[in-house]
Amino acid sequence: MFTNRKSITGLVILGLFALLAALADVIAPFGPLEKDYTALKQPPSATHWLGTTHLGEDIFSQIAYGTRGVLLVGLTAGVLATLVAVIVGVSAGFLPGWRGESLSALSNVFLVLPAIPLMIIVASQYDDPSLFLISAVLAITGWAWGARVLRAQTMSLRSRDFVQAARANGEPLWRIITVEMLPNLTAVIASSFVGTVTAAVLGLTTLAFIGVIPITNLNWGTILYWAQQNGAFPEFWWWYVPAGLAIALLGAALSLISFGIDEYVNPRLRSAGERARSRRRLQKKRTKRSPV
Amino acid sequence: MRLLLRRAAFYLFTAWAAITINFFLPRMLKGDPVSAYLQKNQGKVSPEAADALRTLFGLDTGKSLAGQYLDYWKLLFSGDLGRSFSHGLAPVADVIASALPWTVGLVGIATVLSFVLGTTLGTLVGWFRGGRGDVIVPVATFFSAVPYFWMGLIAIAVFATGLGWFPASHAYGKGTTPEFSAQFIGEVIAHGTLPALTVVLASLGGWVLGMRNMMITVLDEDYVTVAQAKGLSRRRVVFAYAARNAVLPQLSSFALALGFIVGGTLVMELVFSYPGVGKLLLDATNAKDYPLMQGLFLVITLTVLVANLLADVAYAALDPRTRQGEV
Repeated sequence: MFTNRKSITGLVILGLFALLAALADVIAPFGPLEKDYTALKQPPSATHWLGTTHLGEDIFSQIAYGTRGVLLVGLTAGVLATLVAVIVGVSAGFLPGWRGESLSALSNVFLVLPAIPLMIIVASQYDDPSLFLISAVLAITGWAWGARVLRAQTMSLRSRDFVQAARANGEPLWRIITVEMLPNLTAVIASSFVGTVTAAVLGLTTLAFIGVIPITNLNWGTILYWAQQNGAFPEFWWWYVPAGLAIALLGAALSLISFGIDEYVNPRLRSAGERARSRRRLQKKRTKRSPV
Repeated sequence: MRLLLRRAAFYLFTAWAAITINFFLPRMLKGDPVSAYLQKNQGKVSPEAADALRTLFGLDTGKSLAGQYLDYWKLLFSGDLGRSFSHGLAPVADVIASALPWTVGLVGIATVLSFVLGTTLGTLVGWFRGGRGDVIVPVATFFSAVPYFWMGLIAIAVFATGLGWFPASHAYGKGTTPEFSAQFIGEVIAHGTLPALTVVLASLGGWVLGMRNMMITVLDEDYVTVAQAKGLSRRRVVFAYAARNAVLPQLSSFALALGFIVGGTLVMELVFSYPGVGKLLLDATNAKDYPLMQGLFLVITLTVLVANLLADVAYAALDPRTRQGEV
């Protein structure tokens, strides 16, 4: 996976964002809410790299500090959702009879619940939801798909020879699951983790944009919320274009990583382009020779 | 037959779970908005409507939880979802029914269009893999990562405010009343084009990528090689042999997408102020109109379930392997 060009590009972009979040204090020239009433709605300049808001706040600094909220919530939600997905999915695939069936039914119910309406209804119950609570809500609506994929994979692993052999040897259940099965599920788990993080980032920014999450939680969606509320569209492009691009770039980086994982798991995807090209070259050579 | 019964049991179970969650949701809410509302509007709410609201929101303190649950089911079966606070106490079912056609019409057309276009494109890109068409993969990835609301806002800024090609919001002009005339239909089309286009653009990438990846996997199967070796025309190999098998997973995601039409486009309706179901849910949330929120959540969940059911039926009809037993 680390030799794949796609996933390396994705990891580099993700790393840059992580750096921006960690060093926001050093990189950002101003505080995120620092107001400068002499420079309102300024286009980008040497002092304000990405211009200012209607209150003279520096937009680049807001984006730098906002990265923290986005990454923190995205990763927390991803970890929580993946934990639930692994526990439910692997048990559902491994346990026989009604226990496995009911766990699988549980994940199907959550798959059917519409995510954004549920998030809005739950988040609107709290006046000041904490970052952890927001992540938990995003995780609750995001774990089911991973659980379903993991269940299918576990079921196919369960009947493989090496698992049967481990059982015949009398290995305890926890050892079969953690030592024999989990290593073979790593790629699926990683891919579902990346998927939930992507969904959580989009969910968080959407909720912030709608205004369900309080504005004290600074993230890229909040910037867009303020831009929309204060009539930034379409004139003050520097206010809304960078934040949206940042979300898209982070999302694209995460999908690149997940492509890398997919190609690692499914070699047909990895070599499809190369094989087709070489076949075509071969055909050309043959046609050149054939006139004789 | 056994499979069919199992699926039926699953749908009944999920429907029961969704309705039960809907029963408990308002009971977990903080405070008691309904009693407060009833007190404020004493005399304006008819006794029957007030009773229905109490049942829906668990204010029958005299009754046990089980009794409340039973009453709740009785109300649902009689089609009574309570009264909407923010719509002058109109029945919730009527309020939802007035918003539903807008969402289903606009997003339905956009979803079908996006599926057909994306799957066709994905078939071709998958067949000509390694060619110039592969450029579409990074482009589609980027577009599927763009947050929808942002794309919608930019589309409004460029095409509605900037170029003035389309109206920026609402489903029809301010002065017109809904009627069956050429002018009204024209206005609806003019107002719907931009939102529909943005929905297509946002979802196209997923269809293209999904179909391309399935095509690449299927093209390595022996039956495709055999079809080519038999000297069948390229068109027949692509569409009758490869695409026909590759499209199966696409179809089940399509049915899911149909289910999410009602609830998933809330953001589109917010950005374009389109009078559909999603906008209704947002307004209900802002107005703390709990009966309407509860009713909408129920309707949205049930639509997803029905779409899933359709997907299962379609899958069984198209893929004989699923009918043979355990899958």
